[in-house]
Amino acid sequence: MLHSVFRPISRAPGAKAFEMMLLLAMTCSLSAAYAQDPKVTIDNFTFTPAQLTVTPGTMVTWSNADDIPHTVVSDDKVFRSKPLDTDDKFSFTFTKPGEYGYFCSLHPHMTGKIVVKTF
Amino acid sequence: MSLAKAATLDEPGGFTFLQLSDSHVGFNKPANPDALGTLKEAVDKIKAMPSRPTFYLHTGDISHLSKDSEFDNADQVMNGLNAPVFYVPGEHDLLDDGAGKAYFARYGKGSKGAGWYSFDQNGVHFIGLINVADLKPGGLGNLGAEQLAWLADDLRGRSTSTPIVVFAHIPLWTIYAEWGWGTADSAQALDLLKRFGSVTVLNGHIHQVTQKVEGHVAFHTARATGFPQPAPGTAPSPGPIKVPDGQLRKYLGITDVTFIQGKEQLAIVDIPLAG
Ligand SMILES: [Cu+2]
Repeated sequence: MLHSVFRPISRAPGAKAFEMMLLLAMTCSLSAAYAQDPKVTIDNFTFTPAQLTVTPGTMVTWSNADDIPHTVVSDDKVFRSKPLDTDDKFSFTFTKPGEYGYFCSLHPHMTGKIVVKTF
Repeated sequence: MSLAKAATLDEPGGFTFLQLSDSHVGFNKPANPDALGTLKEAVDKIKAMPSRPTFYLHTGDISHLSKDSEFDNADQVMNGLNAPVFYVPGEHDLLDDGAGKAYFARYGKGSKGAGWYSFDQNGVHFIGLINVADLKPGGLGNLGAEQLAWLADDLRGRSTSTPIVVFAHIPLWTIYAEWGWGTADSAQALDLLKRFGSVTVLNGHIHQVTQKVEGHVAFHTARATGFPQPAPGTAPSPGPIKVPDGQLRKYLGITDVTFIQGKEQLAIVDIPLAG
C-alpha cells in the first residue's frame, strides 16, 4: 500500500507537506482525513485523538504516556491489549472497513473509536 | 487509639477491625517510588498499636499489575499482621490473562460466583462485593445481575437489626461519574439493604477519604497505602498526584472501624501514616 511505502519518510520534519503532495498527485481520491502516521496517545486518562480514520490495512499504534496502566479493548472483542504500563505500546492492523469502538477496561469511562474506510 | 476506645474493646460484643486499601504493590512512579515500602509502614504502624484489631479488610488494588511477584510481596508484608485478612479485588488485581486467575488462586477460596462472599463477626454481617470485573465501555463499576441475585439471597430472612458492613473496591455511590467513580447498579444493592437499621459501606479506589450518611447508610472511602489521587475534578485526570516532598505520608493511611454493642453506627477513624 502507498502509505506503508511513505511511512518512514513521514517521521522526518518538513517531509510531511512534500509527502502529502506526492500522495495527492499519485492518488487523487485520497481524502484529507486520511491518517498518515496513525498513533493514539493515552495521556491524562484520555485517548487522543478520540476518533481516528484510516484505510484498510493500516496499523494503528497506541502508547501510554500516563504513569498508571491502561488497556485498549475493542467493544466487540476484535482486539485487546495487555495492560500498558508507562510508555508501553500496542499495535493492531485494521483490515476490514467498519467502526471499531474501544475503551480501557480498567477505566471504562475512557473510550475511543477507529473508523476504517476506503477513500 | 484513645483510652475510651481501648475500653470498648473489653466490652462483650464490641470489636475493632481495620481497613487497608489500594496498596498498588509494584507501583514505583514519582508519586510514590516505593509502594511496597509504604504498605510495610502501614503494617508496622498497626503492629505498634496498643490493641490489635480482630481482623482486617483489604478493599482491593493489592497489586499494581496483577503480577505474581507483586501479590507475593504484598502477602509477605500482610502476613505480619497475624490475623485474618478479607480481600476484595480492585481492577488492578484482575489484569492477568486469566482475568484474575492469580488473585482468585490466592484470595478467592470460599467465595461465591465471581468471588463475592459474606461472613459474620459478633452479630455483624459482613459482605464482600466485586464491582471491578468485566467492566463495560463508557461506564462505572458494575455488580451485575448474578451478584445482585446472590446478595438478595444472602440478606433474605436476616433480622433488620443486624448491623451490615458492605465492602467493595469502587465506591457504591457516585462520587464523580466523569472519572468513573461510582457503580452503575449500586442503587439495586442499596435497595436490598434499605430495610436494615445500620449499614456501613466501605470502599477504596479513589485514594482519599470521603464520607456521606444517607438514612441508615454510612458511606466511607479509605486512604490508599500506595499513592494519593486528586480530589474530584481538581486535576485533568484521576492519575497519581505527586505531593511536596515529606508530605506523602499525610495522604496515605488506614481506616479503623469499631463496633460497639448497642450502638447503631460503627465508629470510623481514618489514620494517616504520618502527620
Ligand atoms: Cu485506563
